[in-house]
Amino acid sequence: MEESSKRSEQRKEMEKERKKGEKKRRKEEEEEEEEILIFNHKSAEKEKEDEDLSDSEDSVFSGLEDSGSDSEDDDDDDEDLKVDQNLSQQVKKEEEEDVQSSLKKKDEEEEVKRDEYEHDSSDEEDIRNTVGNIPMEWYKDFPHIGYDLDGKKIYKPIRNKDELDDFLDKMENPDYWRTVQDKQTGSDVVLSDEQVELVKRLQRGQFGDVNFNEYQPQVEFFTQEVMLHPVTNRPADKRSFIPSLLEKDKVSKLVHAIKMGWIKPRRDSRDDSRGRYYDLWASEDTSNLARHRMHLPAPKIPLPGHHESYNPPPEYLFTDEERALWEQQDPVDRKFPFVPRSFSSLRLVPAFPRFIHERFERCLDLYLCPRQRKMRVNVNPEDLIPKLPKPKDLQPFPTTQSLVYRGHSGLVRSISVSPSGQWLASGSDDGSVRFWEICSSRCLKTVQVGGAVKSVAWNPNPSVCLLAVALDSAVLILSPALADRQVVLSSDRLLSAPQEAEPIEGDGLVNWSDTEGEELNQGIRLKIQHPKAVQQVAWHTKGDYLASVMPDHSSHLQVLIHQVSRRRSQNPFRKNKGLVQSVSFHPIRPYFFVATQRSVRIYNLVKQDLTKKLHANSKWISSMAVHPGGDHVICGSYDCKLSWFDLDLSTKPYRMLRHHRKAVRSVAYHRLYPLFASAADDGSIIVCHGTVYNDLLQNPLIVPVKVLRGHVITHELGVLDVTFHPTQPWIFSSGADATIRLFT
Amino acid sequence: MGGLQKKKFERGSAANYITRNKARRKLQLSLPDFRRLCILKGIYPHEPKHKKKVNKGSTAARTFYLLKDIRFLLHEPIVGKFRDYKVFVRRLKKAYGKTEWSAVERLRENKPTYKLDHIIKERYPSFIDALRDIDDALCMCFLFSTFARTGKCHVQTIQLCRRLTVEWMNYVITSSALRKVFISIKGIYYQAEVMGQLITWVVPYQFSHDHPTDVDYRVMATFTELYTTLLGFVNFRLYHSLNLIYPPKMDSKVEMDQMEDDDYAMTSESNSEKLSALSASLARAVSSAEEEEAELDQFPVEGEDIEQMEAKEKEQKQQKLFKGLKFFLNREAPRESLAFVIRCFGGEVSWDKSLCIGSTYEVTDETITHHIADRPNIEKQYINRYYIQPQWVYDCVNAKMLLPVEDYFLGVNLPPHLSPFVEEKEGDYVPPEKLKIMALQRGEKPANEEEEEDEEEGEEEEEEEGDEEEEEEEDEEEEAEEKNLKMMEEQRSQGKSLQVKVTPGKVKAENSARLEEEEKAEEKRLAIMMMKKKEKYLYDKIMFGKKRKVREANKLAAKRKAHDDAEKSKKKKAKK
Repeated sequence: MEESSKRSEQRKEMEKERKKGEKKRRKEEEEEEEEILIFNHKSAEKEKEDEDLSDSEDSVFSGLEDSGSDSEDDDDDDEDLKVDQNLSQQVKKEEEEDVQSSLKKKDEEEEVKRDEYEHDSSDEEDIRNTVGNIPMEWYKDFPHIGYDLDGKKIYKPIRNKDELDDFLDKMENPDYWRTVQDKQTGSDVVLSDEQVELVKRLQRGQFGDVNFNEYQPQVEFFTQEVMLHPVTNRPADKRSFIPSLLEKDKVSKLVHAIKMGWIKPRRDSRDDSRGRYYDLWASEDTSNLARHRMHLPAPKIPLPGHHESYNPPPEYLFTDEERALWEQQDPVDRKFPFVPRSFSSLRLVPAFPRFIHERFERCLDLYLCPRQRKMRVNVNPEDLIPKLPKPKDLQPFPTTQSLVYRGHSGLVRSISVSPSGQWLASGSDDGSVRFWEICSSRCLKTVQVGGAVKSVAWNPNPSVCLLAVALDSAVLILSPALADRQVVLSSDRLLSAPQEAEPIEGDGLVNWSDTEGEELNQGIRLKIQHPKAVQQVAWHTKGDYLASVMPDHSSHLQVLIHQVSRRRSQNPFRKNKGLVQSVSFHPIRPYFFVATQRSVRIYNLVKQDLTKKLHANSKWISSMAVHPGGDHVICGSYDCKLSWFDLDLSTKPYRMLRHHRKAVRSVAYHRLYPLFASAADDGSIIVCHGTVYNDLLQNPLIVPVKVLRGHVITHELGVLDVTFHPTQPWIFSSGADATIRLFT
Repeated sequence: MGGLQKKKFERGSAANYITRNKARRKLQLSLPDFRRLCILKGIYPHEPKHKKKVNKGSTAARTFYLLKDIRFLLHEPIVGKFRDYKVFVRRLKKAYGKTEWSAVERLRENKPTYKLDHIIKERYPSFIDALRDIDDALCMCFLFSTFARTGKCHVQTIQLCRRLTVEWMNYVITSSALRKVFISIKGIYYQAEVMGQLITWVVPYQFSHDHPTDVDYRVMATFTELYTTLLGFVNFRLYHSLNLIYPPKMDSKVEMDQMEDDDYAMTSESNSEKLSALSASLARAVSSAEEEEAELDQFPVEGEDIEQMEAKEKEQKQQKLFKGLKFFLNREAPRESLAFVIRCFGGEVSWDKSLCIGSTYEVTDETITHHIADRPNIEKQYINRYYIQPQWVYDCVNAKMLLPVEDYFLGVNLPPHLSPFVEEKEGDYVPPEKLKIMALQRGEKPANEEEEEDEEEGEEEEEEEGDEEEEEEEDEEEEAEEKNLKMMEEQRSQGKSLQVKVTPGKVKAENSARLEEEEKAEEKRLAIMMMKKKEKYLYDKIMFGKKRKVREANKLAAKRKAHDDAEKSKKKKAKK
């Protein structure tokens, strides 16, 4: 009670102070006051309730806080408190700290001994029961309700009330309505009037304290009304009288900035400037600036095809293979950047995941891609095909296969037609030379020469009937006796010409010998033995000279020229100029053509020097033919090309023809008609029309007129040799399939 | 002798080009600014013919601009604005750093802005030029208008794009300029003809975007900036060409009607939304009735041919394709697209009130002729209207006629949707559906279609087979002869006596036409042999392309045939 009086004193004091108007202090004080008020109230309550208690306030509170001072005697009192606590838990929790702080203060003031657990504010519950803050239902089925500090069971108070007792109690006991059960201990507690009042107040949402005035008049410390007297007595600063230099500086800076246009006044109509549209093209000037002439507008995005439809025709959808291919391909190589899909209805179509990407790529294209005007080649392919005279107009030329000469058993390397045009001689790998009658395709004569025949050549002189045959390292001169008696005789005469002069050159190299016995019977008249294997023989037009080719890399002895009538041989070259492929005499003038691997050399036989060197633009010349006029040469090569040289023009080919698919084996000119032909390993013979004009200014006209096929490709070899009939527009070809064919 | 020695790379093409970095330095701009400038001014790099010469002997990969272009950029006032902006950013940063908030506010208020009007005028000196280039602008604006406000770009930009696109669509509706529509898996393509220019744009489907991370939105935003300006001016001009009020307002009658029933938002907002509903006609500066009358009596210009007149008539017919039809859109059908298309072709359209503002009549309206729904079935159906799927509308537009509705009923397997942009040339593959539509356009009746088709196909097949057989027969004959000959030859070579036998010869029926053809073919082959190398290369290339086309067409046809066969066999099985 002393304390309370003290409090009231203090309060009075505080009120005084308040009137004085000290703010800071007052705030603190106010807080303190509140706390104290609450405390007072509580203590009063306690006092009323437990008047008989000898315990001091302190101990009562300590009972709440700790278990140090509690005893068996004041059980009831504590329980009451407990109930109180339970009911007003919310309020308590709000207030508890205040209470504690106030307690502390009070303690300080009163200098009461501190409890050791005072600072411990964490556990609120009754610690006599040590079960802790748990739902008490857990102990529902047990006889005890928890454990005391010594670890002994606290038993539930014995309850033997049944419904009836309860009812009776309700009817009879006037305090029944204010009796509650303490769950912690299981005992009934009758609430006091104050407690009931407190509960009611709390239920109404009022403060627990009856005396607390919620509506205290608010004191305004600061008002907008200017007060008569200053709050402090401090004299004003000097700077409040003097204009500020700093401000002056700032203002002058601003003024300067405004003057200079650095700071601009606020714009008002800024929204109007943008997003307002007007007729921009009201005064259209049609002046076409150079810039606009040069401008390349960006190409538009290609329009979508059926593939892109959400429901395309079934053929536009990917099959599994196509889909796999699409997935494998690089995104750049793909034909479509998406997989065509089909949806049964529009509502099922999902968003396209790459839509933003595509727009972005378009943007990049627009500003990053170099633009270039590209002339699209809009050519009708038909216009590219050269206009040539129709083959029909260029007749005659061989068109159809009319006869097949069969009889050889090996591939037929070489054929030759007699100058009369009646006989055909063929030499084959089976070691025989056969003579055929052209018209009847009948084999008249077979001469076994005993070795693979490389080349046969009929003497072009119509007054003799001789055939040169190259096999192994010998050249045989045959007299097949397939002509008039006179002709046969004259050829015999030629062969048996006096052997007055022994060969001067090529001494020991070449051996001329007459044949005897069986061979003679077969018609072999002469045998010219060479040091090396002979590849080709070629007659001069007059029919007296004969050239033979022995290809060899290392020696200058590759070509020999024989004179049949005098049985003389000579080596015209002193130097090796490359592997000789074939040779030929000029039909009219004394020139000699030598085809080496890359070029054709033309020698003047009279002057004995090189006249011209023709460069065939090919890797390996296989064959050569000289135009009957003598001014043109064609060369076939193993790299499928045929080059036409005009000797009057240049050393480069006038025309290169790449008609064949495989190596060209043989080429030939017709003696009378403007025709030439090439035969190749692809089994085809291409007959071309090649007019040579007398006018030197006019270039030869070359027109392919017919592709002839008939030979069967065996061992990757097709046609091996080709010759024209001397008078008719017919062509003979021999192939690796052991046949000779005539096309007319 | 003498004179100054000519220095390399000081004349010719080397002096006409400038690399990107040099150009940037010359303009004193950072790379992003330079990029912006190039986008706005439409400057693009050039590919010099001789790169090494221009690159001063180096072969490093560089981007070249025309020096003229860069000089042209030097005079651009916007470059100054860019610099101002740079200064502004610097000042703002400084103010922030010093926490001078008043300065920050002041600076912000004076943020430098620029206008693109003069650039538009300069890039597109005439209105037609602008129209020609508006495809990309439309695509971009339609894309941006579908963006959510997620910070990928300014909200104002999105709103502006939306506004402009709605204006554009309203214009297309009013002028009924739409020609073709195509539903692709990417989005919906529209093609309109405005002042003789074909303008195509694509609108993505109405889904939220999954924003990719590898896309530079700054570039897109710069383009959009330019495009919105362009589209705004174009819209203005177009609206004025039709005597419409710009910015668009709805017809006063309609407005009055609608004013009564709803007051759910601010008038400005609701106005824009109603506009975007595309259901109401626009207000005109001159009253519409007069104009229509004036339009009615047209005099044929003397120079015009009858064909042109006919084409015009056809076009007009197409423009009024849906005239008199009343559509109702179910809520799952794409409202905006369908409303746009139907209104473009003169139809009336409405939808559920709760779906969108601007619906004009209810489902219960008895005069509705077509109800567009995209679900397998509707429980409550009215008798006097067709229930069709949305594809019908698009297919009708592309076919320029009202197609039979039977194929498009609810729950029916839809016929394929074909691209109207594909124009098949000779030799290209034409899907059979297209042939069907073409036949319908010609006025042929589609009765017993399938049967006929089957028959035709069968006949064709037979014919083909017959041809092949003939050829085969001939071949066989020849082969037989050859064999005979060979036999005889063998016998002869074996030394056997031939069975002398005279068989009556057969008269070979020579097909003169065929012979001639063969002759011609051979002639051509021979002529091709004589081609020069260069020409041959070109010719081969062209022929390769042609052959590839044919191959592709054949492949498609084969695929289709396989598919049809599979379907047929399935059907047969089902029947059994």
